[in-house]
Parts: sequence; C-alpha cells; structure tokens
Amino acid sequence: MKPSRFTAVGNWILDRFPLTNLWNDHMAHYYAPKNLNFWYFFGSLALLVLVNQFLTGILLTMNYKPDATLAFDSVEYIMRDVNWGWLVRYMHSTGASAFFIVVYLHMFRGMLYGSFKQPRELIWIFGMFIFVALMAEAFMGYLLPWGQMSYWGAQVIISLFSAIPVIGDELALWIRGDYVVSDATLNRFFAFHVISVPLVLVLLVLLHLIALHESGSNNPDGIEIKEHEDENGFPVDGIPLHPYYTVKDIVGVGVFLLFFATVIFYMPEMGGYFLEHANFIPADPMKTPEHIAPVWYFTPFYAILRAIPDKFAGVVGMGGAIVVLFLLPWLDRSPVKSIRYRGGIYKKALLLFVISFLALGYLGTQPATPLATTFARIFTAIYFGFFLLMPLYTRWEKTKPLPERLTDHPSLEDRIPALLETFDEITHVVPVQTESGTATRRKLNPEGLARVLGRLAINLKKKFD
Amino acid sequence: MQIEGVDKSKRQFLSSALTVVGTVGAGYLAVPFLAQMQPSVKAMAAGAPVDVDISKIEPGQLIRVEWRGKPVWILNRSEEVLETLRTLDDQLRDPLSNNSDQPNYAKNTVRAIKPEIFIAVGLCTHLGCSPTYRPEIAPHDLGEKWKGGFFCPCHGSWFDLAGRVFTGVPAPANLEVPPHRYVTDTHLIIGESASEASA
Repeated sequence: MKPSRFTAVGNWILDRFPLTNLWNDHMAHYYAPKNLNFWYFFGSLALLVLVNQFLTGILLTMNYKPDATLAFDSVEYIMRDVNWGWLVRYMHSTGASAFFIVVYLHMFRGMLYGSFKQPRELIWIFGMFIFVALMAEAFMGYLLPWGQMSYWGAQVIISLFSAIPVIGDELALWIRGDYVVSDATLNRFFAFHVISVPLVLVLLVLLHLIALHESGSNNPDGIEIKEHEDENGFPVDGIPLHPYYTVKDIVGVGVFLLFFATVIFYMPEMGGYFLEHANFIPADPMKTPEHIAPVWYFTPFYAILRAIPDKFAGVVGMGGAIVVLFLLPWLDRSPVKSIRYRGGIYKKALLLFVISFLALGYLGTQPATPLATTFARIFTAIYFGFFLLMPLYTRWEKTKPLPERLTDHPSLEDRIPALLETFDEITHVVPVQTESGTATRRKLNPEGLARVLGRLAINLKKKFD
Repeated sequence: MQIEGVDKSKRQFLSSALTVVGTVGAGYLAVPFLAQMQPSVKAMAAGAPVDVDISKIEPGQLIRVEWRGKPVWILNRSEEVLETLRTLDDQLRDPLSNNSDQPNYAKNTVRAIKPEIFIAVGLCTHLGCSPTYRPEIAPHDLGEKWKGGFFCPCHGSWFDLAGRVFTGVPAPANLEVPPHRYVTDTHLIIGESASEASA
C-alpha cells in the first residue's frame, strides 16, 4: 500500500533528523523512579516559569524604552495604554518572584533527598550556576523600570564590587559605564537582561537536563533504581517520563497556576514584596528613599551583608553564602542520600538551616536596628555552621539501613480514612435544643484533642530521631 | 592510508602555533570589547567642573549641585556648628581624615578651605546611598547624642557636619570631599583644584 502524504512527509523528516531517538531517549523511554512525590514538581514548574518570562519579556520589550528619560514613563504607558499591557507586565514581575519561590523549593528538595550527592554532583553545579544567572537576571531586570528602588538598589549592589581591594573602584566604574548609575548603566543592563543572560540561562538549563538524563532522577528513598533492571534493561522501579510524569506534572502546573493567577489578579504588588512601593516614584539621583531593601528573594543574602560590621568582610560573607552552596556535594559525607535514612543530627541541622534562612530573609526586609542586627548575626552563624560543620556531623551520625527497592508511602488519598478518624476523635456529637426540636451538633472534644496533639508531638519527635 | 609517513612533531607544532596565535588574537579582540563598556567620552565630558555662585547661601542652608551625576553638597556652617565640630573627636572613626578621600587642602578638622563653607559628595562611603541633612540637635528619632549631621537611611551610618564618620556604623571612611577651588570669594568651581587650574 502506498503511504499517505502525511506519513510520507513524516518519513522524509525522520530520515534526516533523529526526532524518534530524541523523543524516546528523553521522554517515552526515559525511566524515572515511580515514587517521585510533590517535591518533584518544582523542576518542571521552573521550566514553565522560564517560558512565561521569555514570552512576557519579549512582549514587554515591544513597548519598553531603555532610556533614562523615557524608561519610567514607558512602563506606565505599558500599564495604562497598551492593550493588556498590565497583564503582561504583572505576569513578568510576578513570574520573577515565582521563579525564585520555585527554585528555592527545588533546591530544598535536593537537600532533603540528597539529589546533589554522587553521581549527581554536576547536576547540582549546573543548577547552582542557573541560580547565580537567575540572580543576575533578576537584579538587572529590576533596574529597568527606573524607579527609586531600581536606582538606589543598583547603586548599593554595584557599590558592593567597589569593596574588592585594588581593582574594586575601577570594576564598579566599568560595570556602570559612568561615575554613577545612569543612562549608560540602564542601557547595558537592558542588553544583559534581554539577550546575554537569557541565552546563558537556556544553555545552562540544557546542560542541567542533559546531565540529569545521564544519571537519572534521584528519588525520595535516595537509592539507585538502575540496580534492578528487567529483561529489557529498563529499571523495574522506574516508569517512563511520558506519559506518566508529564501527566503528573500537569496537576502540579494546575495548582501552581491557581496561585500564580491569584497573585497576578488580586495582589500583583504582594504588599510591597514583589513590587516595592518606592519604585512607583521615578529615579532621583539626588535623593535616597527613607528605607531601602532589595526584593524579597535577595534579602537572606542582604541580611548577611548587613550583619557583618565591615564593608569588605560583609561582601565576602554575602558571596560566601552562595559559594558554600556550590560545595555542598563535597561537604556532605553521609553514606545515605535521603533524609528518610539519615540520622537525627542532619534532620535537626536542616531544620535550623531553614529557620535561619527564613529569618534572614525577614530581617533583610527590615531596617537594621541593633536588635535586628544581633539576630542577623546569630542566624548568619547558623547558616554557615550548617555547611561548614557538615563534614563532621554527617560523618558521625548513625544512619538507618537502606531498603533494597523503592518503598511504598501512603498517598494523600490513602490517608483520608485516618484523617476522618482523627476528626471523630477530636469532636463529639452533642444534642442541642432548638426552637424546632432537638438537633445534634458536633462540638470540640478537649480530651480527644489533647490525645491527638500528644500523639502528634510524639510522632514529630520520632521523625526527628 | 599511510600512517608511517606522518610527521607527528610537525603536526604538534602547527596545532600549538595555531592555538597560540588564536588565543593572542582573541585577547586583542577582547580589549576593545571590554573597553567599550568603560565610560564613554561623553560621560567623561559630563564629569567636567561645575561653577557655583555661593553668595546666596544662608548660614545653615545646604544646596545640592550635580557633578559627574552625583549630588554635591555645599553647606554654609554657622559659628556654633564649627564650635561643636571641635568637641566630637573621641566619637569619630577618623577625626583627622587620615584614611579618607579629600584633597590635601581639605584635610583638616573642618574639612574645608574656608571653615564655614563645607563641600562634599553626598554619597555614603558604605554603599553609596545619599545621607539626609539633619542639622537639628537631639531629634526624636536619632536620640540625645545627635549634635547635627548627616544620617544615612540605608544602613544607619552617622556623619558629623564636616562629613566625618562616627564609630560603630558600617561606613568605613569620611564623606568624600571633591576637588574644588575659589575663583573669587563667592565663585566656586567644583571638580578642579587650584594647582590643576594653573598647570
């Protein structure tokens, strides 16, 4: 039988381009562990946000003017006069914050399940470069609206480079292209934000994914699925990325978009955290706003900078807080990957780290009062302690035996009956007299509640051992 | 194909030579590429000196002029202010301006050519925010110790009315005093020293 026109065109392409191989290698025959939980949504969500930033970013450049005299007004023009300009701009500004939320959670997942450990060190390193590129991208993008925060934020951050001995001042001058943040700075930041850094980001994402698909995904059990293969050479505990995980990720995308849309439509400024209030005033090189703080995703590092009472040491501390993350694969000496089989010390250390990271993030948004500075110093010490003491405590602690194969964990659905039971325990049914007769009503049962909370506390304590 | 006839050392030499030539070429190309990000001729020209007429500044008044895109303050200090400046030495990090940036003719207690006229670049030496001028004594928000000065809202640095930094704040040095010279008693040029003008 003669093949149809359509098939003929398809075959013509397939003879000349390895589409089938690409598809099979990376989707249909790429096996991922079958037990990936919700923590594994954030990688694909980061990809989604990247696409969002590209699309909305390209649309914004069509009306934005990278010129110190026009930039602020062109953003207002986009907001007021361009059709749907407000939506595109809010999608882009909210997308920036969403990117960091997703990436921070993605990195935390790596720390939970030891995804950075051998043989996945390079994936982590590429990922860290993505994080650094993302910070550069966000910082340079924030200058573009040319508001007061844009201007003075850039002034402060570029001044950080001038703290470097000998070459610092020349370097800062070279970055600005002028003696102060000016039109030249705005124009080059636009070039970096729109062309150079996005290209680097795409390249790094490709490297991250190629490295990932070489060693395969880690999983919540932190054991290698490649050690048990069936007769066809596929891991028995693995399932193909497509259709299983593509479909699973759509659920994640749905939930994410729910939050994303809520922010865009109802709280695009997020109370001054996503878009700072002072940035609605045009840049004025003669006057600094009363209180300046970076956007929320930089505040943990900014708090570390302020906590150290010396200009150069502060900059080193801030840079060190990021550099130390690169070293994570070699700082962690534990024989197991996943937190499920680690000892209690790592769990408590990780909890302390999360608390100090969040606290530093909060302190970075606040004015530097003496009390706040003291707290920032304590949390800075914990932040660095978590990493620098890691070679010691991960070697000492006693780990639990690893399973041979992936383990089953109850899903949310499986937990519903137990949840209903708990609900019965903390409430009891009491009859009440109403005008129309006797009715029953559920009331809180203090004894039951105490029992449940007690059990919860014991379970929680067990989880940290 | 004949392998024996290949002169490996010649190949090695040619590859090395090509690598060296290519690297040098790329190095040469990097110079204009990197240098084009330096301040342009126009930006340098904008750094030209600024003329200011200071005859109309009242005592206690501060005016701002723009020089190289930076705010430059010109403050007319009263006799009381100069009196206060002499009492602060023990609270300052660098009272004699040994580690600060100023022309030699402004390296004195009051950091000025004429004691009453103070000229400084209005950017904090910490991370470049512009401090606020707070001449009042012991205001509610800054407390009893405040004798009038400049306060940086970004990271809380304190300077006195000669731009000298207090101890225990993040700023490492006193405010920068730009080169300046007097043409006449009331005609000031910022961005040029007396010696440069005669040269």
